[in-house]
Amino acid sequence: MSQKELINAITEMREIDALRIADDLLESGTDPLVVLDACREAMAQVGQGFEEGEHFVPELIMAGEILSQISNRAKPYIEAQEGAEVAETRGTVVLGTVEGDIHDIGKDLVAFMLDVNGFEVVDLGVDVPPAKFADAAREHDAQAVGLSGFLTLAYEPMKGTVQALKDAGLDDVKVMIGGGQVDEQIRDYTGADAYGRDAQAAVRLAKQWMGG
Amino acid sequence: MFTPSDNWDDLSREERYEARFAAWMSTEDRAFETPEAEETYKRRAQRVKDIVELKKPDRVPLLPWIGGYFAEYAGFTPHDIMYDAAAYSEAWRKFNLDFKPDYLVFAGYANPGEAFETLDYQVYRWPGHGVREETSFQCIEDEYMRADEYDFLIDNPERYYMTRYMPRAFKALAGWQMLPTVFTTMELPIIPAFITPIGTPDAQAAFKALLKAGEQALAYGSVVAENEAKLAAETGMPALPGGVTKAPFDIIGDTLRGTRAIMLDLYRRPEKVLAACEALVPVAVRMGVETATAQGNPFVFIPLHKGADSFMSRDTFETFYWPTFKAVILGLVEQGLVPYHLVEGAYNERLDIIRDPDIPAGTTYWSFDQTDMEAAKEALGGWACIAGNVPASMLHSGTPEQVEDYVKELIDTVGQDGGYAVSNGAVLEQAEAENVRAMFETCKSYGVY
Repeated sequence: MSQKELINAITEMREIDALRIADDLLESGTDPLVVLDACREAMAQVGQGFEEGEHFVPELIMAGEILSQISNRAKPYIEAQEGAEVAETRGTVVLGTVEGDIHDIGKDLVAFMLDVNGFEVVDLGVDVPPAKFADAAREHDAQAVGLSGFLTLAYEPMKGTVQALKDAGLDDVKVMIGGGQVDEQIRDYTGADAYGRDAQAAVRLAKQWMGG
Repeated sequence: MFTPSDNWDDLSREERYEARFAAWMSTEDRAFETPEAEETYKRRAQRVKDIVELKKPDRVPLLPWIGGYFAEYAGFTPHDIMYDAAAYSEAWRKFNLDFKPDYLVFAGYANPGEAFETLDYQVYRWPGHGVREETSFQCIEDEYMRADEYDFLIDNPERYYMTRYMPRAFKALAGWQMLPTVFTTMELPIIPAFITPIGTPDAQAAFKALLKAGEQALAYGSVVAENEAKLAAETGMPALPGGVTKAPFDIIGDTLRGTRAIMLDLYRRPEKVLAACEALVPVAVRMGVETATAQGNPFVFIPLHKGADSFMSRDTFETFYWPTFKAVILGLVEQGLVPYHLVEGAYNERLDIIRDPDIPAGTTYWSFDQTDMEAAKEALGGWACIAGNVPASMLHSGTPEQVEDYVKELIDTVGQDGGYAVSNGAVLEQAEAENVRAMFETCKSYGVY
């Protein structure tokens, strides 16, 4: 069993195979961080496939599910290691669905894609008031804030949140917005720095803003 | 209410279609206050029939998705209109009279909040009940159907709904979990097996709640219906669409399993998803036929959700979404009905798939959201009527001039030879009145053939 086989199983969405290979690797004494690295590589490939129109929501969710199961299995092995290294993050993004909107699927996909691409994600959940975004951005020293909203009712809260960040003196924090009815017109209206069509666009923006 | 003729089963698809339209367009049993209103009714009903048949009417019809925007326009909150039928009626009447749409604004927002409270409905949050009073109702996706229940759903969708889905979706109906099979009514000595469980406190509580919700819904609905009839008589505006149903994949993905679970099911139990979609075809067709027939209206609203470009690959769409969706379309068309699709998101990668040679030309209506309209015209022209695409963002944050230009451009590029209606892309909640007005006025003035 090799990391290569694990990567293939994940990118081909073979859940049972992937879990079995991960178990075999862990049980046979492979460094759990090496196993997780293989998962990260697989996720990067899935993300790439998403960007190229080869993978879609089912594949992101399935790959995420496999990753989460393998992470749980690897955890006891990592805890057994002395002084395991914590992976460095590329930067911190505060993320949430704006006030009045309780949809979470789009936001969760963005959180997942940012996370597997090495960003620290502070997920505030849904129906998040503007002040909470500002507080979290300050508390976590975030470089960017991501605002999600599925419905047209998200437009005003998005604008209000951009304003709340400015009012809090967080002018350096970049704001990205996204969702079903969000486009350049709404970016302009809300005063956000950028909008993204999908989770991969969020990754591109985060890399552009924070390097990597 | 449309009453099918005694020889309905012997009629062809075309004859059924003509019979449904003849009944809908007939002004005999409709009371109009003025001859002008009656004329308006006839002309507008004909206009929408023409575009379905890919003909060129006197002008491009206006078929917008106004959603709950009429309430905001009239100064009411989403909470007001769900809890006060008079407020709903006042707002709805004001919008229709001020904006003069071609057809009465789609009534999908006449929803009695009190009845949902009585039933302790779990699948949505609504204003004042999980979301703010200023916020419209929103779905809470969850696994209301468990992964190990596919076989039950496949075997008997109606019974699955009654005894599993409904007791979870409506907490007040928890007692329905033990509802006996209706087949226990076939002989006298078996009937006790049917009625005795109804006597238990849980079942009694469930039925009492349902009776109360029914009263509340009827009290609200009567006010709404009376107001609608009055406005229809005054103005001659027909109501559109009539019935409603959904694509089988969406029935499972929206409120049974939820997006996350159904997407995992595609990999974990794909054969179950397919079998469940197939089992839901007759259910979806029956729902469309029954609701449209009850309304006496040939159009069946079908909102499309999880098959959009951004949700799944073409392969997944062709394998899991399209075959049973197509079967529902064919089932409705066979009954003389017009599937009236709202294609949410984009369908740019599906246009060639939906133009299926098995679906007869001139029988379906497709209102697009973010799909490229020129590509849609190219792919579907001469086969199905298209509409839509004025962006929600523009109606909210743009200018009237911008909207006017956009609508003109649409009419110029895809509306020149009929089979086309002006509409916005996504169901509206918030917008600028002047922008909405610009969409309406441009259609009426610039859309004259």
